[in-house]
Amino acid sequence: MSIPLSWYLILAAALFCIGLFGVLSRKNAIAILLGIELMLNAVNINLVAFWRYLDPSRMAGQVFAIIVFATAAAEVAVGLALIISVYRRRSTILADEIDLMKW
Amino acid sequence: MEKIILWLLPLPPLLAFFVILVLTNKNRALSHGLAIGAAGLSWLGTMIIFVRALGIPQFGKNVIESGFNWLPTGSTWLQIGVLLDPTSAVTLFFVAWTILMIFVYSIGYHNYGQPAGEHDQKGLPPGGAMVTDEHGHAHKVPSVEPMYSRFFAFICLFAFGMYTLVVSNNLLTLFVGWEIMGLCSYLLIGFWYAKPAARDAAVKAFMTTRVGDVFMLLGIAFLYSATGTLSFREIFRPVVLHVLATTVTPFFGLSAAGLIGLLIFIGTVGKSAQFPLHVWLPDAMEGPTPVSAMIHAATMVSAGVYLVVRMFPLITADFNGQTLTPTMSAIAFIGTFTALFAATIAVAQNDIKKVLAYSTISQLGFMIAAVGVGAYVAAVFHLVTHAFFKALLFLGSGSVIHGMQHGALHSGDEADPQDMFNMGGLRRKMPLTFWTFLIGGFALSGFPILTAGFWSKDEILAEAFGNGHWVIFAALATAAFLTAFYTMRQITLTFFGPPRSQAAEHASETPWTMTVPLIVLAVFAVGFGWLGIPEQFPILGGILPNWFHAFVGGTLQTPPTEPLFNFIPLLTSLGVSLIGLFCGWWVYRGVRSPQTDFLQIPLLKNKYYIDEIYNRLLVKPAMWISEQFTYLFLDRTIIDGLLHSVARLALFLGGAFRNYVDKPVINGLIGDGTATVVKVSGFNLRKIQAGRIQYYMIVSITVLVIIAALLYFLHFLLA
Repeated sequence: MSIPLSWYLILAAALFCIGLFGVLSRKNAIAILLGIELMLNAVNINLVAFWRYLDPSRMAGQVFAIIVFATAAAEVAVGLALIISVYRRRSTILADEIDLMKW
Repeated sequence: MEKIILWLLPLPPLLAFFVILVLTNKNRALSHGLAIGAAGLSWLGTMIIFVRALGIPQFGKNVIESGFNWLPTGSTWLQIGVLLDPTSAVTLFFVAWTILMIFVYSIGYHNYGQPAGEHDQKGLPPGGAMVTDEHGHAHKVPSVEPMYSRFFAFICLFAFGMYTLVVSNNLLTLFVGWEIMGLCSYLLIGFWYAKPAARDAAVKAFMTTRVGDVFMLLGIAFLYSATGTLSFREIFRPVVLHVLATTVTPFFGLSAAGLIGLLIFIGTVGKSAQFPLHVWLPDAMEGPTPVSAMIHAATMVSAGVYLVVRMFPLITADFNGQTLTPTMSAIAFIGTFTALFAATIAVAQNDIKKVLAYSTISQLGFMIAAVGVGAYVAAVFHLVTHAFFKALLFLGSGSVIHGMQHGALHSGDEADPQDMFNMGGLRRKMPLTFWTFLIGGFALSGFPILTAGFWSKDEILAEAFGNGHWVIFAALATAAFLTAFYTMRQITLTFFGPPRSQAAEHASETPWTMTVPLIVLAVFAVGFGWLGIPEQFPILGGILPNWFHAFVGGTLQTPPTEPLFNFIPLLTSLGVSLIGLFCGWWVYRGVRSPQTDFLQIPLLKNKYYIDEIYNRLLVKPAMWISEQFTYLFLDRTIIDGLLHSVARLALFLGGAFRNYVDKPVINGLIGDGTATVVKVSGFNLRKIQAGRIQYYMIVSITVLVIIAALLYFLHFLLA
């Protein structure tokens, strides 16, 4: 119990920023998806850390983390399916080139 | 019991009117069954009550009366009620009989049971239908009236009006019945409304009688304001009459009684077609003949005489028994003049119904003259006998016309079936009609001893003579001579000699529904006179008591005495009727066409040009005023001008609002302005919709960071 809570929070913040950077900077749609996964996991670290340090007698933090896992898994499945579909139609997975929704 | 019957008497025809109108309009048999059933009920009630009244001793004093307060008028009440006294009893008697007979007659007259005509249409008399008999021959036969049920509904309403008028004990309900009859007269004269002549005649009748009715209403209003009541027996109390007779009005120095009597008499002049308001009655012959018989001979025009007879105590309130009061003189003059005047017109008429119409006017003149000279009983007597024989004559003429139409349809002759110069020889074709018409004609002429007309007319002449009114006596005697003359002229032209047209050649007797009423009325036309034979009449007097005089005379406070018997009026009335009848036959026995008729003088033929004079003096100016003043000036210039100015103002205001408020502010600023702003901002803002997901994310995150920073600083700054 020598490691303080703030370290976990700093780690989670770092991980979140790396993920955000990946989402904003990478052209590849799969890489963007990976960035999103990183951000989600940063959130998970926060959830678990807060649970452990603030209120270990209740299970809310762990349950929330598991729900986020499940959501992330579903999101990845849908996201990859979309990317495959886009690739089949337009032969590209670069986010810049998928701009059908512009004015 | 009697009171209840009296109250209920007018109701059956009214109910029948509504039921026919609403329910049985489509069914002819039901409609006439209802109408005749209703008339029969009223007839039955009348007979019951009449017989009971005969059994009441001193009936003139012990009348049947019942009434109640009806309409509050401030401090007093308008009372309505029913009254049966001897005068209304005998009136009710002849009204019930004639109405019932005429109802029955109408079935035959409107060709019940005949097929509907191919070309018949509503508002025109039926024009005949083609039928094929068992041998395959096509015949043209009379066709049923297209508006059969409507006719019976109208005459039912009329019967209601007449019964109401006769049984009412006050001027108010009498006036109501009076006006209902006026309406029915209008409706029935214009029954064949597609004929322009019928339409005009209906309007003329309505307008002319309206003139009289306005004065009558004035008289009623004056009477009410003077006495506070409209009930006859209240008004006729000696105290009230004395006050009315001694009150002097500013008009011609007449007493209140005299002025009220005169005003009410003007109503009679309109209703009973007396000069100068007689012009509507001859034209009213455009209506169906049963209507002419019922409304324009037997009942409605009699109602006018009935009214003056009713008001007799008031009219004679200031009569001293010697010199006539101004009102009575006026009444006597109008009556006498009309009697003579109309008789002279009647001798030159060729339309069978027109002759009878003028004859009616003339006979009504006799009655009015009788009232004018104070001969109360004689007036009522002639009223009753005249109703019977004139209804008989009209129905007879209807039967003749009907037979002629039948002949015309059969032979295809286009001759006018009402022109007597197309008739002739109908004696053998229509025997029943001939004999009854002869009886009616003789009664009208006053054929001595036998007929009712003789006794009643004789009584009027005797009264005029006995009271010393020589001029009236002479004029009435002349009129009676003319009456006999034109009656025999009519009978000779219609029934004697060879037929003058194909229609007359093929005329045939009418069905039993038409001839039975003729026979019944003929019985009364003869027999009713025997009830009123004067006591002092040579030989016959005293065999039968003068029941009528005693009975009806009992109505008055002081029952009148019979005039002293004198041979001069008796011989006069014998002479004029016999000589008149003989002359009528002798002159016209060989006349074949109007050209050889020496009495076709234009002045008489055109009824003294009275219609033309009225047209020039009254109708044309009225039309001119309505056209020039009311229409062009008042309506078009002032009222329309006012309306147009208002419209122009509204138009101007509207334009101003449109150009200075609506278009710039509402449309430009609010409507178009909003759209423009939205459009421009949309055009400019669309550039941020680049379609790149990462660009959106950067924007989102930037905004998020800014908002977070703001919240953060705000939170701490405000805290």
